[in-house]
Amino acid sequence: MSTALLNVNDMNAGYGKETIIKNISFAVQQGDFLGIIGPNGSGKTTLLKVLTRVIPHYQGEITFENTLLRQIPLRAFARKVACVAQESTSYFSFSAEEIALLGRSPHLGRWQQEGKTDFAIAEESLRATDTLLFKDKDMNTLSAGERQRVIIAKALAQEPKLLFLDEPTSHLDIGHQIQILNLLQKLNREKNLTIVIVLHDLNLASEYCNRIILMDQGRIFKEGNADEVLTYKNIEEVYKTLVLVHKNPLSNRPYIILVSGKDR
Amino acid sequence: MRRKSRASILILTVAFFAMFFLCILKGTAPIPPGELFQPQFHTILFLRLLRVLMAIIAGIGLSVSGIVLQALLRNPLAEPYLLGTSSGAGLGVLLAILLGVSSFLLPLAGFLTALITLFLVYRVAVHNGRIPIHTLVLSGAILSVALSAIIVFIISITANETLHDVMWWLWGSMQVYELPLFIIVAVIVTGGVALVFFFSRELDIFCLGEEEAVHAGISVENVKKILLGIVSLITASLVSLCGVIGFVGLIIPHMMRLCLGARHRQLLIGTVIASSVFMMACDLIARTAFAPVEIPIGVITALLGAPLFIILLKRKQRIQ
Repeated sequence: MSTALLNVNDMNAGYGKETIIKNISFAVQQGDFLGIIGPNGSGKTTLLKVLTRVIPHYQGEITFENTLLRQIPLRAFARKVACVAQESTSYFSFSAEEIALLGRSPHLGRWQQEGKTDFAIAEESLRATDTLLFKDKDMNTLSAGERQRVIIAKALAQEPKLLFLDEPTSHLDIGHQIQILNLLQKLNREKNLTIVIVLHDLNLASEYCNRIILMDQGRIFKEGNADEVLTYKNIEEVYKTLVLVHKNPLSNRPYIILVSGKDR
Repeated sequence: MRRKSRASILILTVAFFAMFFLCILKGTAPIPPGELFQPQFHTILFLRLLRVLMAIIAGIGLSVSGIVLQALLRNPLAEPYLLGTSSGAGLGVLLAILLGVSSFLLPLAGFLTALITLFLVYRVAVHNGRIPIHTLVLSGAILSVALSAIIVFIISITANETLHDVMWWLWGSMQVYELPLFIIVAVIVTGGVALVFFFSRELDIFCLGEEEAVHAGISVENVKKILLGIVSLITASLVSLCGVIGFVGLIIPHMMRLCLGARHRQLLIGTVIASSVFMMACDLIARTAFAPVEIPIGVITALLGAPLFIILLKRKQRIQ
């Protein structure tokens, strides 16, 4: 028995016969803002897919709220856990508001229509992600960044206590990147929303995450806070590239500076 | 948005009743509307009613099947025959005609071979107990082409009358030859469509992808199997009773999406009414335009549907 919200114990998983995730163990505590970083193909997305139950087959033990993941009905799980996956391509002609309302579906019975509360929650989520302005617009007419924020609004409308995000900021400009991460930070601090986020941008991970997992070739290479994980040694070994690690003068957190070819 | 869709559904309902009565009143035999309800015309009235009901059932079944496949495939251009039912049933009916089976049994033969085809299509696609939807469509297409080739091969080595019979059957008719068969198909279609309504929220979420559906707490493989099972039964039974009727499953859902939006609760309601109106109109043209000669209804739906669809497609391109 542990107090962790999510517990992963010696887990292996993959597609078909190919094992991508190898012997992974870690825990997510209530209130964590956990970043998962690592090079392309290191298994970050696969890990997220196992934890959000898109990949149902794995070896090892995963528990959520001290219950084995396999024993939790999907719908009950969806009332507590939401996920913002990588960009989707087709939206038929759903409006932004309709998409956000779909986030309410795990909370609604089969014949139950969305009620006032559901509309209010959807609207609140749209406001939080700065998308309320185009709630009636067709998703297909929005920019990639706008769409991504609506998808985040949908996840928030699900009212989860644990939120997974897979590179949610990759399509966003720096303004909206910061806006989304500030929002997540606020939800994390004020509403105690637990966040597990896959990030490519090491500096964003450094700034926002209280814990970071660095993955390499399907294994956890290093786990700890930003200062422990984001050292030039770790980064150079895993990413096979030269970096300088300074301190961000504002936050006092590690700040990674890329070294381009001509400066080596 | 909501008011607009309510108005659209109201207009469609009015159109439905207008078309219904028009189809009852107009027919090959020129009977004045006032006399139609007199005893000596009861048989004709009954036949017309049956035909109109067949058109409604066929329209609803095909367009709702279209909607389900479009949502599962996340492609608004999917059509109900993707799974290979049409050529499967076609081959069965052709073989039955060649073997001289009585006409009552033709639809049964078609239904049987359609089901066998569907079974093969699923067997090819299934992997680890899952049905990858794009593999399913691919295997449907492959089997369709193969079966069509067999159909053409058989026709080419047999007599010409067979060709005419098979062509006629393939292009579809709303003529009800056997009441019991009609009743069975009507039960399958209405039951299936009712079940689809039951899954309207799942269909909404499937439009965002299967992973999103998992995240929303849906048992994706189970729901998918149920929905594919429903669609298979509906299309197999319809294709064996009335032949291949193209475009209904494509054009009506598409038009309704433009009028009512993408949410399936409204979309399904609108589509059920609109496809009934469309099919009644097509059948009316099919049986009266060149009376006493009847044109296969598939010809009318294709001739009306294709230009309509091109207009919609072009409009959509302009919006994007």
